[in-house]
Amino acid sequence: MSDLDTQRRQFLKTSLGAAAVAIAPGMLLFDTAHGKTEAASSKVRWGMLIDTAQCKTGCNDCVTACNKENGLSGGTLPTDSQWMRKIDIKDISSGHETSLPMMCQHCEEPPCVDVCPTGASFKRADGIVLVDKHRCIGCRYCMMACPYKARSFVHEPLHDQNPDVPRGKGTVESCTMCVHRIDKGQQPACAQACPNKAILFGNLNDANSEIAQKLRSVASVQIRADMQLNPGIRYQGL
Amino acid sequence: MKLLVSLLLCLCIPLAWATEANAPKLDIGKGGQCVRDPQWMRKNHMHLLIHQRDEAVRKGIRDEQISLKNCVECHASLKDDSVIAREDSFCAGCHRYEAVKIDCFECHASKRRVALAKKDEK
Repeated sequence: MSDLDTQRRQFLKTSLGAAAVAIAPGMLLFDTAHGKTEAASSKVRWGMLIDTAQCKTGCNDCVTACNKENGLSGGTLPTDSQWMRKIDIKDISSGHETSLPMMCQHCEEPPCVDVCPTGASFKRADGIVLVDKHRCIGCRYCMMACPYKARSFVHEPLHDQNPDVPRGKGTVESCTMCVHRIDKGQQPACAQACPNKAILFGNLNDANSEIAQKLRSVASVQIRADMQLNPGIRYQGL
Repeated sequence: MKLLVSLLLCLCIPLAWATEANAPKLDIGKGGQCVRDPQWMRKNHMHLLIHQRDEAVRKGIRDEQISLKNCVECHASLKDDSVIAREDSFCAGCHRYEAVKIDCFECHASKRRVALAKKDEK
């Protein structure tokens, strides 16, 4: 092989390498700038396991985090939006008290979706139950159908919403399991905020996920399991 | 013939001026072009937005580049961080001129994120 050939080969190699180095970060940046381009998959089912033994009476951190993340006022009047509530229950005979967060249970068979006349209430492929506010006419049938009273109606005009969480007067809304965060690969705000890690978030369909393993090893219940809605939110120690 | 042409020209030039003068002068914020050229966007932005909104809400396909959020980030005014606050704001200016009611910002944020974050701190 002549010296010229080797030189040419060397030159081609280095220039290819340099080109790859120059382009790669650009491609990466392009990907991040363009957001998530693949659709939510039905292979995934998002859910939560709430350990009531770890949930402290009087602690409201999950609700506060939810309000802040989603731009809710934090008011508790019947006309205020509440996506998440803390509930304290007491067994009268024993006096045993339990505290737990209550929100949309993200049912596999959601009654709110069944009754919606416009198709606004829907379940995403990955099991998250949402309201498409572009289609919601504010009839509130879903609020009546929900056995968990998880939904709220927006009564007053709103301003300065969180850019990730559009909300507006005349539409029904509820816990979205922080879908905008999940799509970015983050946890829901409540799960992240809980000081005792009482809320475990994960993929119920993945046998190796922390939540699936824990569900296998500890006793958990679905609230109103008798209705066979198969909620994605499970409670431990209830 | 020449007379006719010059007459036509004389008629056309003020007409062109008139349309220019009437067109809304918009505060385009940071501006720049990231999707398509301005004339194409003037005609077709609504199709992009309606497509993106259904894909994002119902399927979780979030194409940031053609999202309303991304539009607002660049095109909100540098003075008040809004796309609808004033007569010449980026969205409101044209929509007023065309007499097309704009519903987006009854639910969606009309200000860029930094402005909202600043307000939260106060």
